Amino acid sequence: MRDISLHLSDIVQNSITAGASRVDIGFRLDENRVLTVSVRDDGCGMSEDLLRRVQSPFTTTRTTRKVGLGIPLLTQNAQLSGGDVRIESKVGEGTLIEAAFHTDSIDCLPVGDLAETMATLVLSNPDRPDFILTCTSPDGEMQFSTEEIRAALGGVSLAEPEVYQWMLASLREEIEPILGGIMK
Amino acid sequence: MKSLAELEQIRKQTLERINLRKEDKGELTRIVIGMATCGIAAGARPVMHAFMDELNKRQLQHVTVSQTGCIGMCRLEPMVDVITPDGNKVTYVHVKPEMVPRIVAEHVVNGRPVEEYTIGAAEAQ
Repeated sequence: MRDISLHLSDIVQNSITAGASRVDIGFRLDENRVLTVSVRDDGCGMSEDLLRRVQSPFTTTRTTRKVGLGIPLLTQNAQLSGGDVRIESKVGEGTLIEAAFHTDSIDCLPVGDLAETMATLVLSNPDRPDFILTCTSPDGEMQFSTEEIRAALGGVSLAEPEVYQWMLASLREEIEPILGGIMK
Repeated sequence: MKSLAELEQIRKQTLERINLRKEDKGELTRIVIGMATCGIAAGARPVMHAFMDELNKRQLQHVTVSQTGCIGMCRLEPMVDVITPDGNKVTYVHVKPEMVPRIVAEHVVNGRPVEEYTIGAAEAQ
């Protein structure tokens, strides 16, 4: 993957496959320039056995073939920057995956187009789950929630082109002041 | 978030448009983009955005854009299926955002698949 936002597009798919109704995504940049990307879902969760095996590229839940590279690729890139990936999960409760990136490392990927990732995620999953994105950095905080948008739209699908364009513009405008320094 | 009041405006406009769409009974064309790990790594997300952009520019009412998982030919990603109302499906491979306006203009609007971008053309080489 070329950037962290592409990893996010990929990893969130696991939450959707797990049947989540709500996915909380966090981008938290601390004073030490460590970026923690988290995805918390209320999907079906993983058994201890699956959780132990999930870092392996030869673990996958799909039945069409035997490899799954989403989590291993994310882990590889987090570790290249000096960070790591942590996963917590409970059957019936959900999963939390957290990747730490040391953004000062020369090998750290840029964040990339997080706005486009979020907008295309919502476009591809207009009915459920709800996505809540929170970005924080020493420069401020922003939140984006499809719960609020859904309520404001009262029955109009989140996949309508006008809604997509609005979400994209809104996300671009609000993410830039907070994560602008590490996006490219 | 950017003012939610703007959404009220969008809601009204979109409802009007949806009603028009119901009245003129056009049939739906579906655009399906492969967005598994392989598709995303190969650049499927900007392709999806390019389709949304193009549909929006042309104000096309009877087209939906959606995603699917891994189609099984990862080396040909990004892959896009265009399924027209007659039920025919054309699979485009190695799709880049620059190719999207032509696919929309020639295939979605005018019903002539862009042969040179299709899986058939790629496999013949």
